[in-house]
Amino acid sequence: MGKVSVRFFARYAELAGCTWSAVNLETPATVADVIAQVREVFPGTKALPPQPLAAVNLRQVRLDALVNEGDEVALLPPLAGG
Amino acid sequence: MMHLTRHPLDVNDLLAEVQGPERGGTCVFTGTVRNDGDVTGIEYSAYEAMAFAEIERILGEAQAQWTGARVMLQHRLGLIPVGEASIAIAAAAPHRDDAFRACRFVIEEVKKRLPIWKKECRADGTTSWVDPSGKAVTHGP
Repeated sequence: MGKVSVRFFARYAELAGCTWSAVNLETPATVADVIAQVREVFPGTKALPPQPLAAVNLRQVRLDALVNEGDEVALLPPLAGG
Repeated sequence: MMHLTRHPLDVNDLLAEVQGPERGGTCVFTGTVRNDGDVTGIEYSAYEAMAFAEIERILGEAQAQWTGARVMLQHRLGLIPVGEASIAIAAAAPHRDDAFRACRFVIEEVKKRLPIWKKECRADGTTSWVDPSGKAVTHGP
């Protein structure tokens, strides 16, 4: 089992009820695995879209990207910079 | 120069970073909070570590693509009143075509890649997250 940090921002933080947490799961896992676990732990995140934007260690990635112990996974609402 | 700030933007600070005698053309873009409906301001928040890293990558790509260009950007965070700038970009290059192209490239990449979010604040106290795909989520005061 490995521990993975999870960050929530903007509306997703409101849904999760927090801005930061951690999940334990078999690693290496995928971003989709992390999101599935997040949906279990934080009921509010069931309202997330089926395939939210995500980043691992400060880079946007696809949901099949690998996640290792100690990585930081961020779930990103639709981007609205500028 | 810090790419993310909670203070009002000053274009002159960006110009000082990019201008030089070997760069004959300079282009500046600013994005300003609009008075859409009864919007009084927009609150910007960010995944700051990733936004900083992404800005560095975007500026690096612009400077690699347009030889001799220098590009700088600042994005403001926090509550920004209508009429004040949320983003400023300055691009300088040996010739004007490259300055315009580099500046345009940077703002378009910002829109696609920066992990920044905005919440519209209205005169009646309601707020809503802005979703560029068109779906708004409204909250009470």
